[in-house]
Amino acid sequence: MKNNPVPEIEAILQDVTARLKDFRKEKCCLIPILQMIQHRHAHLPHETIKLVADHLGIAPCEVYGVATFYNQFRFHPPGKHPIKVCLGTACHVRGGSIILENFERKLRIKDGETTPDKEFSIERVACVGCCALAPVTVLDDQVHGHMAPSKVEGLILGFEIEKQKQEREKAKDDF
Amino acid sequence: MGNMVKLIVDGTELEVEEGTVLLDACLDHGIYIPHLCHLKGMEQPPASCRLCFVSIEGIAHPVPSCTLTVREGMVVQTDTNAVRGLQISALRLLLSVHDVDCAHCPANKKCALQKIAKFLHIGLKAKGLEIYLKEPRVVQDHPLIDYYPNRCVLCGRCIRVCRAQNGLPLMSFAKRGFDTVISFYGAASTLGCKTCFACLKICPVGAITLKTPNS
Repeated sequence: MKNNPVPEIEAILQDVTARLKDFRKEKCCLIPILQMIQHRHAHLPHETIKLVADHLGIAPCEVYGVATFYNQFRFHPPGKHPIKVCLGTACHVRGGSIILENFERKLRIKDGETTPDKEFSIERVACVGCCALAPVTVLDDQVHGHMAPSKVEGLILGFEIEKQKQEREKAKDDF
Repeated sequence: MGNMVKLIVDGTELEVEEGTVLLDACLDHGIYIPHLCHLKGMEQPPASCRLCFVSIEGIAHPVPSCTLTVREGMVVQTDTNAVRGLQISALRLLLSVHDVDCAHCPANKKCALQKIAKFLHIGLKAKGLEIYLKEPRVVQDHPLIDYYPNRCVLCGRCIRVCRAQNGLPLMSFAKRGFDTVISFYGAASTLGCKTCFACLKICPVGAITLKTPNS
């Protein structure tokens, strides 16, 4: 089944429009509305910002201002394999930002973005609770401790090999 | 005309209308107090630039003069060591996130930062502070205006005049902390700027400029 991007966003807009009726038209509802959209659609599509602004009678840039202030809101849908790079105190001290930079360079996206093939997304987090393993990265809910630039290459390569293998097997099955 | 109150600023007696903001009263009487975010007639001063401090008799610490209204018998000092110390720190913090490249800035010679630095007898350097500049250097999202984040002092005056002009502001603060910028989100496609250029005129520095054909 192929995903056509236009109807997908229309479905989201329809859903959001329907749900907006449950919210009062008051400024204090802004964050709950944004949370609702992100909860249902995993991100805040730019098209929904104007819908929210119109509902509350405020300017789209104000909605955008609030949404960019809080780390919990994202404008890109998460990838199939979300990469969470820890930048908590311990990981920061042990070079967590270098690991983040490595992922960013390897996947050619910035923190908070998703690769065009929707395979990976990078997110920075503050402490996942295993500081002894710093610097830490969480990939698909699996914790990788003592991260190093060489491991970054290895992890991504592993996924790519796995994907190719699956594709080969699928091709075989189809045959 | 309302009641008049008398107060003493730097040893000079001033007579001003009741309810006047202290900063306005001083400025109107030719007593300069450095300030960036203040706009006359604001209901709630943001007091965010941390520059307009004064010492007031009976109050232990310096206070931002934009947050006070004049009172009968108020005794104000605008140039105590404590006041100057706070003002110099605030200006240096602003300069530590400022791209000091006056020669290429359209605000050169009419820039509020230059004026305040000169007034406080300090150079345009963030002495002892790490310099932090944002990327990108220029934001060209708006169809008519270019925005320079590293020139912006985030005083918010453009946002307030834009709101006054348009009812709904076409610009707003976005992001947080060191990454805070002014955003024209949606102005290009959905709302349409009415080209009043109030934001451009009110900017105390050169952060908002008119797009030039070759920019």
